[in-house]
Amino acid sequence: MTVSLEKAIGHSQHGTLLSRLMNQQVFWVFIAAALGCISLTLVTDTFATERNLFNVTRNFAFVGIIAIGMTTVIASGGIDLSVGASVVLSAVVIGVAMSSGLGFWPSALLALGASLLVGFVNGIVIAYLGIPPFVVTLGMLSLARSLALVLSNNRMIYEFGPDHDLLLALGGGNVLGIPNPLIVMVVLALVMSFVFRWTRWGQYVFAIGGNENAATLTGIAVQRTKVTIYMFSSFTAGVAGILMVGWLGSVTTNLGTAMELTVIAAAVIGGANLAGGEGTVLGAVVGALLIEVIRNSLILLGISTFWQGAFIGTFIVVAVAFERIRALRGQD
Amino acid sequence: MERLRLEGVGKHFGAIRALDDVSLTLAGGEVLGLMGDNGAGKSTLVKIIAGNFRPSHGSIYLEGETCDFHRPRDAQRSGIEVVYQDLALCDNMSAASNVFLGRELKKSFGPVRIIDYRSMHRKAGELFAQLKSETRPRDLVRRMSGGQRQAVAIARTLLAEPRVVLMDEPTAAISVRQVAEVLELIRRLRDRGISVLLISHRMPDVFSVCDRIAVLRRGELVADMLTETTSPEEVTGLITGAIDSIQRVPA
Repeated sequence: MTVSLEKAIGHSQHGTLLSRLMNQQVFWVFIAAALGCISLTLVTDTFATERNLFNVTRNFAFVGIIAIGMTTVIASGGIDLSVGASVVLSAVVIGVAMSSGLGFWPSALLALGASLLVGFVNGIVIAYLGIPPFVVTLGMLSLARSLALVLSNNRMIYEFGPDHDLLLALGGGNVLGIPNPLIVMVVLALVMSFVFRWTRWGQYVFAIGGNENAATLTGIAVQRTKVTIYMFSSFTAGVAGILMVGWLGSVTTNLGTAMELTVIAAAVIGGANLAGGEGTVLGAVVGALLIEVIRNSLILLGISTFWQGAFIGTFIVVAVAFERIRALRGQD
Repeated sequence: MERLRLEGVGKHFGAIRALDDVSLTLAGGEVLGLMGDNGAGKSTLVKIIAGNFRPSHGSIYLEGETCDFHRPRDAQRSGIEVVYQDLALCDNMSAASNVFLGRELKKSFGPVRIIDYRSMHRKAGELFAQLKSETRPRDLVRRMSGGQRQAVAIARTLLAEPRVVLMDEPTAAISVRQVAEVLELIRRLRDRGISVLLISHRMPDVFSVCDRIAVLRRGELVADMLTETTSPEEVTGLITGAIDSIQRVPA
């Protein structure tokens, strides 16, 4: 009896490490991205240059950072269309604050505060008024972007006061050759991987996404958790916004336009299930990587960037179809 | 030994009388079948006992003490657990995580408190073994049979040493073999001295597992009798109203 009990407790549905890997959508997406990188290295002599790799990793870090927040929202059964607007709001807030003479850190706090407020409002309206996240965050997309326009008076900001150089170094600089945004993304990814697996909050995100009714009945504070989920999503957008300002060296109000779609694409390609309950941090990062590799390869191969949407769109559908086929086979 | 007693419990929703003057007792280790047509007030009664609704009038006593539940959590703390009709399980999570949902075990990890999966898997495995279910703690609920899912939902109620377990239609949507499994689970609860209130439409299930049968019709309790003193035909008559009412429990 005790032996079989031990066996039952230790039993795992997954087999060997390899078969476990092969069952993950993120594994195949990673293979696709890796193949892309290898073929680009062989076909072009521009891909594997230090300069290009630096650009690729930094670009993908911005999408990756927000995709981690988006994956959290999607795993909880929601969606956040307002991340692009949170990016520009955060960027404008830090830009306006710094150009008025405020230092970097207080300005950054203001920018993060603004983005957290966006998420807070999203979360409150979604959780307590029960309005669908799609509608709420669609409204917020318009609202936050409009606020950014009002705040900046639609002027470009390119002088950032006393801490000008610090801002540019943070967003555009590197440590030991690794771009700072990439470091931020890796740290965030490690922390959130841990949080997803080992904390109650992480488990509740997936419980709410899996069966919100069950989460409520078992006494989980579903509404409060939802508010924090949307705040986290906006927070990642706020962080990306600050880093993007530092990288670009200026703030324009079209920053982050349509970025929500790229971010959702990255999350979905990485295995986040729009029906809720599934998604991984690693998936978000790898999804973002694949999108950037596609984008970069088109540029390097001299194909019109107009084709970018066609490739990314195909990948979204292929990734989800792949997952669907795998799920169907798993049922037999 | 009396475990749960309802006295004159009623519930009104505006002008609608969902439940009217229901008095009922449940002894320790007793299985009471609650039957009635759709809209007879079964779910309302369960929701009152479980703390989802407060009764418009009447009182509830648990082992002689008055209960006034404002939230399901209050009822849970007093030892009343519910197995919901849809089982309230998260398909995307493991059996153990579902058993402990909302009550996760934690351990220290440096400065932070993290979920103690090892203890949760062990404890869940012990509960499944007690229920003699083949459910494995690490399996995803999505891949489980109806009977295994029931075992997960029932194991959840056992976490806190419950005194009363309310079960809402546990055998409504599962196969014949699994029904037998679930009825076995109910007998195990009874053997542990837990009182079970079983809501069901399925006459054979109620007759095979219940000590007593109570019938609700249009919010009123029309029968409360020992199982061996009645028959499916009589109960059907009571549910439909062909038989007016019967009280057949020794006081």
